[in-house]
Amino acid sequence: MNDDLKELYQEVIIEHSKNPRNFRTIENATNSAEGYNPLCGDQLTLTLKLSKNVIEEIGFIGDGCAISKASASLMTSAIKGKKTEEAITLFESVRTLLTLGPESNITSDQVGKLSVLSGVWEFPMRVKCATLAWHTMKNALEGKGDPASTEE
Amino acid sequence: MQFDVARLREAFPILKETVYGKPLVYLDSAATSQKPQQVIDAISRFFLKENANVHRGVHYLSERATEGYENARLEVQKFLNAEHPHEIIFVRGTTEAINLVAQTYGRAHIGSGDEVLITEMEHHSNIVPWQMLCEEKGAKLRVVPIHDSGELEMDAFEKLISSKTKIVAVTHVSNVLGTINPIKKIVKMAHAQGAKVLVDGAQAVPHLPVDVRDLGCDFYALSGHKVYGPTGIGVLYGKRDLLEAMPPYQGGGDMILSVSFEKTIYNKPPNKFEAGTPNMAGAIGLSEAIRFLATLPQSARAEEEKELLVYGTRALSAIPGLTLIGTAREKVSVLSFILEGIHPHDIGTILDREGIAIRTGHHCAQPLMKRLKLPATARASLACYNTRSDIDQLVIGLHKVQEIFR
Repeated sequence: MNDDLKELYQEVIIEHSKNPRNFRTIENATNSAEGYNPLCGDQLTLTLKLSKNVIEEIGFIGDGCAISKASASLMTSAIKGKKTEEAITLFESVRTLLTLGPESNITSDQVGKLSVLSGVWEFPMRVKCATLAWHTMKNALEGKGDPASTEE
Repeated sequence: MQFDVARLREAFPILKETVYGKPLVYLDSAATSQKPQQVIDAISRFFLKENANVHRGVHYLSERATEGYENARLEVQKFLNAEHPHEIIFVRGTTEAINLVAQTYGRAHIGSGDEVLITEMEHHSNIVPWQMLCEEKGAKLRVVPIHDSGELEMDAFEKLISSKTKIVAVTHVSNVLGTINPIKKIVKMAHAQGAKVLVDGAQAVPHLPVDVRDLGCDFYALSGHKVYGPTGIGVLYGKRDLLEAMPPYQGGGDMILSVSFEKTIYNKPPNKFEAGTPNMAGAIGLSEAIRFLATLPQSARAEEEKELLVYGTRALSAIPGLTLIGTAREKVSVLSFILEGIHPHDIGTILDREGIAIRTGHHCAQPLMKRLKLPATARASLACYNTRSDIDQLVIGLHKVQEIFR
């Protein structure tokens, strides 16, 4: 297989897409948001429960490709138990990693397990798939009623 | 005459390109077709030797340009077997053609309580303009359902057409399912109730001979780029008496006979609907594409396409976990499918690295996707230059996709 494809579809990504973590709706959520990718029709709904500025619980449901599902699954695992500022910082790091790739100088210290998403930057058409969950999370935390869109 | 596809492929320079080091396998012609050399040359020749504005200058080049542009109209008239050249209006594409009818004929004839009838398989471009019109006028948009096979429910169609129906807007061929709709029958049902019929022909013209007089439709819309011509040019055919009675679309130059600040007198069709400097090179490119189509042996080509569709249908059906979407008895060579457990986008990305271009997503038909209960499909769409080898490459590619997701 082509090396770029190997980087994109790493085992962790395939595994998370097949068995997404936190694939559910949080009851009594304090924050929620929807995300759309109008180009392809991908859609996800994110619900989370904030307590004293900490993301206590987070879940997502929706339809999407392996990249968007894995990214959402990895994201929910990564930010559960984190403070909102930490989640936003992580959002910035992941977005930089996805758009700039190796030039971003983002290390695995900064993003941990999420470094498996580093292969996506080689596929500009797929960056939006990977960032959808993150934009939706940011909207949910900022309490914006508008659905997140990859076309902003 | 035999259909020599190898020789035909020579006419399309882009087919010699490689993608990621692999020979290009282009299976996305329903999105846009590739262009033969003679179309590229015709456009180039226009700018190299004939460019000037049309309908204006008395000088040599303007006359040449006007002649080229108006000859293109005659070429399209012949292609669609329209009765008069002024029934052919050049527009940007199918989308603009439909919007034109909705905004002129529609606004003049649709009122509160009236109905516009469309179908579940329409492209967004044959939904949204009518939705906008209905919203403005307090009219109702009604939708004919489809069977699981991707065929229209004709009984329901008949029941939904009533004296309230003012316009029936229906696609000739579905861009997702490949279904060929029974337009003549639909026209008869609609006309019996006094409704006008607009046909979205974008996907039909590359595959079927179209005779607007035989179909009996009132309006027929098409895009040049889907039929081996350039982008930015399309056609609205409209029956003469309807076009003459319709208010103009956009205001500007060329659509007028005389202008004063007190009163402007509009030009006759087609000029009434072609405000501003038109897409001259586009029209000339489209007419060359029509000439190119005319050089193909028609019955042999139709036979070849049918065989390729059967071959592709069999080859894809043999892949475990693959489901074909759209299995109408009458269909063109469009193969929509899904693979169990694998999202179409991932299929598209992996095939792309093999040099295979397909379309994935909702194909601008979100209501149809909802009806099919699918978020998206993958779609391989064929044109006159595709071969069995392209299908074989697709099948090999799909096995690779399944390998990655195993």
